[in-house]
Amino acid sequence: MKKYWRMLLLLGILMAGCTPSRTVETPLVELRVMTHDSFAVSESIIQQFEKENGIKVSFIMSGDAGSMLNRAILTSAAPEADVLYGIDNTYLSRALEAGIFIPYLSNMTDRIPEEFIIEPDNLVTPVDFGDVCINYDRSYLQAHYLEVPKTLDDFSDARYRGMLVVENPATSSPGLAFLLTTVVNYGEEGYLDYWQQLKNNGVVVVNGWSTAYYTNFSGSSGKGLQPFVVSYNTSPAAEVYFAASPLGEQPTAAITTPGTCFRQIEYAGILKGTQKEELAGRFIDYLLSTTFQEDMPLQMFVFPLNPDAGLPEVFTTAITLPDQPVMLSPDVIAKSRDRWIQDWTGVMLR
Amino acid sequence: MLWALPALFLTAFYFSPLIEIIQRSEILKQGLHLTSSEWAIITKPLGFTIVQALVSTLLTLCIGLPGAYILSHYRFRGQGLFKALLIVPFILPTVVVSACFNSLLGPSGLINVFLMALLHLESPPILILNSFWAIILGHVFYNTSIIMLIVAEAWSNLNPGYAASARMLGANRMQAVLKVTLPLLAPAILSAALLVFIFDFTSFGVVLLLGGPLYATLEVEIYVQAIQMLNLRMSTILSLIQIIMTLGLALVYARISSSQSLELNPVFKPGVQLKNAPTYQKILSLGLLLILFLLFISPLAALIIRSLAIPTYGSPGTIWTYYLALFTNRSNDLFYVPPAEAIFNSIVFGLITVAVTVPLGILIVMALRQPSRADRLMGPIMMLPLGSSAVTLGLGLLLVYNDTWLYRVHFPLLLPVAHALVALPLVVRVLQPALEGIPPSLTHAARMLGATPWQVFKSIYMPILQGSILISVIFTFSISLGEFGATTFLSRSGYPTIPIAIFRFLTQPGQMNYGQAMAMSTILMTFCVLGIYLIQIFSKSGATIKK
Repeated sequence: MKKYWRMLLLLGILMAGCTPSRTVETPLVELRVMTHDSFAVSESIIQQFEKENGIKVSFIMSGDAGSMLNRAILTSAAPEADVLYGIDNTYLSRALEAGIFIPYLSNMTDRIPEEFIIEPDNLVTPVDFGDVCINYDRSYLQAHYLEVPKTLDDFSDARYRGMLVVENPATSSPGLAFLLTTVVNYGEEGYLDYWQQLKNNGVVVVNGWSTAYYTNFSGSSGKGLQPFVVSYNTSPAAEVYFAASPLGEQPTAAITTPGTCFRQIEYAGILKGTQKEELAGRFIDYLLSTTFQEDMPLQMFVFPLNPDAGLPEVFTTAITLPDQPVMLSPDVIAKSRDRWIQDWTGVMLR
Repeated sequence: MLWALPALFLTAFYFSPLIEIIQRSEILKQGLHLTSSEWAIITKPLGFTIVQALVSTLLTLCIGLPGAYILSHYRFRGQGLFKALLIVPFILPTVVVSACFNSLLGPSGLINVFLMALLHLESPPILILNSFWAIILGHVFYNTSIIMLIVAEAWSNLNPGYAASARMLGANRMQAVLKVTLPLLAPAILSAALLVFIFDFTSFGVVLLLGGPLYATLEVEIYVQAIQMLNLRMSTILSLIQIIMTLGLALVYARISSSQSLELNPVFKPGVQLKNAPTYQKILSLGLLLILFLLFISPLAALIIRSLAIPTYGSPGTIWTYYLALFTNRSNDLFYVPPAEAIFNSIVFGLITVAVTVPLGILIVMALRQPSRADRLMGPIMMLPLGSSAVTLGLGLLLVYNDTWLYRVHFPLLLPVAHALVALPLVVRVLQPALEGIPPSLTHAARMLGATPWQVFKSIYMPILQGSILISVIFTFSISLGEFGATTFLSRSGYPTIPIAIFRFLTQPGQMNYGQAMAMSTILMTFCVLGIYLIQIFSKSGATIKK
């Protein structure tokens, strides 16, 4: 019996020992930033902002993009954070409809190329972009004397039978992006026929990016069976940068021919109900500063929007920017995405 | 009296979040008129959910019951370690388990590579991933330990005198098992099977990652509706269906088990040394142990192999590359998690969860011991959190407590609370059969002799319940370590746990990321096996001292 009391006592000491010691040290003003799981930044970059403003920045990682948006919408009456960062154009309309942002016009906005500013009321500010493109396993194609496909049509060709793995658009954001790519390419009337052809040609559908990339894709550490995977334009750079030992040649590459990639833009906005509007604005400015923008590529493998931001070497050697990526306005996406997903499910998952 | 705390806990952290979600979803306002497409969203996953849960539970029983027999009847070297290894699957995040299975059974997994080399095949012969059977395999892998541990505990407390009397009175071995032993074990078996069924019924990660998009359980559909479609109405309706079905199951269970409740005069049997057992028993047991070993250990072994960097020709790296990388923050990432910190955080959350759950569980089973008519409903109600979707629970807790001190304090207190909600039904199910075997005459006698209720608890209940409490602690701790559903909605900055660290690696491409995820998982696994093993040794030495 004594043993149990001892354990309880130990537990009490443990809890007492580790909880309050951390709360004591934060008399500073705290800026709370809500973001998704894939967010990453260098420690020094955030420290610099904290020092310049005499504040503390804390991040709330809230799952995938959808979970994050849910959390922000459900708690909008008493927001958990001051800034939301990482909402992309496939979800943007939902957030705007829910009215969770207040307008803010960053003084950095005029530096951003116009095509990225698709929201007229300045409720959100674009921060970075990435393209969802088909990646391929270079050594597989070489070994099998296969050409790199140039159009989406090629994937319905028998030569590439059973070689492509895609993500379910109902559970994965690159999966949704690729579905949207096909809608733009083949139109409302034709995209389901295209998917039927893909299905007949043995396309593999899995639920999430991790499974597609690490289990099915032959070019990753998982060494799967499919040499083509729907991933990001920057994934080949990550393969080089995160190689366990220096590689002779880059193992994978992305197809970037016209119309094959979908452009995802990530936005930041100030959440309605914040007490720190001014500070939140300064943080958004900071997100667009060259300091932050030059840090992003190797942390999150996205492209900066600030034209002054230089790119790391691996971004220029292992990646080419897609030629005419597909872009869709958030309104169009918001209006039809549920229907597209449902119709897609009807064709592919029956 | 005994109900006060558990009722308070469930009202505050289960019912009020649920009610809040129902209100937010506006089901009551709009009414329940379902369109035909909405019906399709419900009916399609419903059938599959039930079928896969039934098949999974039956198969889990087929493997778990013989396993429980061996664990309760024989002693063999390495038994403690073996038990500890059995629980590991329960702790591992599904992403890791699916990576395990992939490296074992995947197209380029160890088995396929071996078979291709052996039989000179062009393509991998076993393609099980992304299929119905992959889901079943995943469920068996996850849940067999529940059956084995709960039933083995009951079996080793079972008085062998009953079966022996039956044999004396002329029953043959088979009759003794079917007519005496099995009925006596029925409460434990039913209890464990109910748990396994509900776990399978509400399965999410296994179905999503191992089954692929052709299969969706209610839980998966709830996630899709709530998170991807932002359709709170539909996700809440699906959640309610899930909850109602869980309640129905629990009620049926309560019916069956109340008609079978027996006092068993529990005894402590040390078990026979396996090496002293008759030869045929030895062969059978060793065969079974081998199967269990393959089922549980081979995926884990594949994980360990994947966590090692096999140096290629001319590469400078060592075999420990991925492990070493875990300890350095190579890219100066703000969210870099040192393994020690992740483990420490996981332990703290786990201990708090245990400290909340196990005492509450004990209170509940004590209250359920001599149930009044009203109490009889409470048993099934206790099961509800287990049948509730993690997404719904997480969002509900967030809605209710977002604006309160409980949320505003720096430490994410709601996390262990959410873990405790999931673990509590399990603890109740583990403790209840053990408690029901204690004859009330024992208590009455003690009370007559002047013992206080506390003394009765301490000197009668505690020694008998000790084994079950130990199992509860282990399961609760494991649930807390591995839970990843509700956590997403309640997590905050700071205090990253091991699953969060693993998950982070797997969101980016690259060998180092994959390797580090595997290395971190191996660390999690090793640390769990050690922990559970130590708890067992610790409690065993305590038990012998007492004798």
